[in-house]
Amino acid sequence: MHATTLPRTALRGRSRSAHDALAKGLGWFSIGLGTLELVAARSLADGLGLHGRDGLVRAYGVREVVTGIAILASHDPEPWIWARVMGDALDLATLAVGAGRAEGSERTNVAVALAAVAGVTALDILCAQGLDAEKGGPKTAVADYRDRSGFPKGVAAARGVARDFAVPRDMRVPDAMRGDVFARRRRPVPAGA
Amino acid sequence: MKALVWHGTADIRCDSVPDPRIEDPRDAIIKVTSCAICGSDLHLYDHFMPGMESGDIMGHETMGEVVDVGAGAKSALKVGDRVVIPFTIICGECDQCRRGNFSVCERSNRNKALGDKAFGHTTAGLFGYTHLTGGYAGGQAEYLRVPFADATHIKVPKGIPDEKLLFLSDIFPTGWQAAVQCDIQPDDTVAIWGCGPVGQMAIRSAVLLGAKRVIAIDRLPERLSMARAGGAETLNFAEDNIVERLNDMTDGKGPEKCIDAVGLEAHATGSIDSMYDRAKQAMMMETDRPHVLREMIYVCRPAGVLSVPGVYGGLVDKVPFGAMMNKGLTLRTGQTHVNRWTDDLLKRIEEGQIDPSFVITHKVGLDQGPEMYKTFRDKQDGCIKVFISP
Ligand SMILES: NC(=O)c1ccc[n+]([C@@H]2O[C@H](COP(=O)([O-])OP(=O)(O)OC[C@H]3O[C@@H](n4cnc5c(N)ncnc54)[C@H](O)[C@@H]3O)[C@@H](O)[C@H]2O)c1
Ligand SMILES: [Zn+2]
Ligand SMILES: [Zn+2]
Repeated sequence: MHATTLPRTALRGRSRSAHDALAKGLGWFSIGLGTLELVAARSLADGLGLHGRDGLVRAYGVREVVTGIAILASHDPEPWIWARVMGDALDLATLAVGAGRAEGSERTNVAVALAAVAGVTALDILCAQGLDAEKGGPKTAVADYRDRSGFPKGVAAARGVARDFAVPRDMRVPDAMRGDVFARRRRPVPAGA
Repeated sequence: MKALVWHGTADIRCDSVPDPRIEDPRDAIIKVTSCAICGSDLHLYDHFMPGMESGDIMGHETMGEVVDVGAGAKSALKVGDRVVIPFTIICGECDQCRRGNFSVCERSNRNKALGDKAFGHTTAGLFGYTHLTGGYAGGQAEYLRVPFADATHIKVPKGIPDEKLLFLSDIFPTGWQAAVQCDIQPDDTVAIWGCGPVGQMAIRSAVLLGAKRVIAIDRLPERLSMARAGGAETLNFAEDNIVERLNDMTDGKGPEKCIDAVGLEAHATGSIDSMYDRAKQAMMMETDRPHVLREMIYVCRPAGVLSVPGVYGGLVDKVPFGAMMNKGLTLRTGQTHVNRWTDDLLKRIEEGQIDPSFVITHKVGLDQGPEMYKTFRDKQDGCIKVFISP
């Protein structure tokens, strides 16, 4: 049975896939949102029915900025995108609490915020799953290279062909560590001698 | 000219850059006929090695034709010569070069002060490989400037295709040196971690040098199938407990010789300790993931040899040095002293003992180079080695 090999995913002329690019975008988004949460914590909290919780909003801001930087700096953003997904869950839960307490126009704000976070969550999950699916593993590529021995005369003929190669002195195992050296020196004296 | 240029983490592009020209009398300029992407390039692509700058040209596996020679290199090279360029730049005259320790040439790193600071003493200049080793432009390009060109080259005959010769620049001698420094005896079992291009060459070398058994370890089926083709038995580290299996296969004694052809990016979900390393790496408390090193030290037979061609960049943590010391293991490492082996290896290619082109799975032009970095890094499309014709 032959599965197909994992297809190439990089964008034309780039060393990144669409999911890599999306991850970078989410990284910048994280930093932007985090900065907003840091500088406008009070008004955000008030507008979302979370009166007096600006400390919490600021903490979320720090979380966003840190994740964002990690996504932009990392060669493999996938774990950080999953971290964003967990952060999204936290945001949704917090907004739900706000929804319970919101009054008047705050209700609309919370509804909009919930919809926005839900959308971003979907994007985050899409991105993380996409990144994961791009990596080869035991179950993906089953290209079969059984005919590629590299020995024009076959493996059997190749075995030991270079046994006469003189290993340079600086790369030999030190004499003291060759068991046989010691054995030879201590050969038992023949009986009767 | 066109060249593959580093722009940042996981960002390589095919850009137009100025043509190189002779800067020193000992320089030569090569028109590149083929080049390749190496596992070491992935450490730069992933940005694990410090000292890269945006705009650096990548590549250190290159061959081509000499198109210009400085006055100081004319004794050794002439226009039209066909050459493979070793990834280590060598002066050919210093103390280390005279001993054949080319990868630690004392004079070819023009950023010696940086090298001294990073490693205590400088190592050789390398093509396309960070400013710690000279910041020299690399050979994934249409043209390459070769410093110390009178020494830094391997002349190759016409008539043999590039595919068979290109890997004299790096991975073939690297696999060879990895096996040679094991000092393989006829009854030795050699265990090799990693079935990337370097591991594949190490397997072939250990077979040629007459190891009784070669056991190769990886998790990717296509790489394992290529390892078996070369005469190795294989273990899958995603399925098997490597230490247990290696002990079982050697009457409980462990392999005499162990080769680390993986290096600092050992697979991160393979084991608890790798996840620990990955976390510490993310927090910048450790630079390298030495999972394979730990495993080798632990499983190797006492008085055995550990050979480490896999690249490490900085600090490693939780290495069982007690086992290392008490078992009296010998550790041999290093970037490869390419020119020390290439005359002999060229002869073996010509005699048909080996044909290193078996490892090539993808052939592309330079403009597709960036895409192939991603393909090779993520092990897509059965990719093992990318061969580029500029
Ligand atoms: N010493 C030198 O002069 C020199 C020259 C060339 C390359 N290298 C180094 O050799 C190493 C390998 O190069 P490559 O081109 O083959 O790279 P590669 O990335 O293609 O191969 C590495 C292989 O190791 C496998 N691997 C990862 N974790 C493992 C584990 N825990 N156990 C067993 N296998 C594991 C991967 O699946 C992969 O197949 C790199 O570190 C590279 O920098 C050194
Ligand atoms: Zn290399
Ligand atoms: Zn030198």
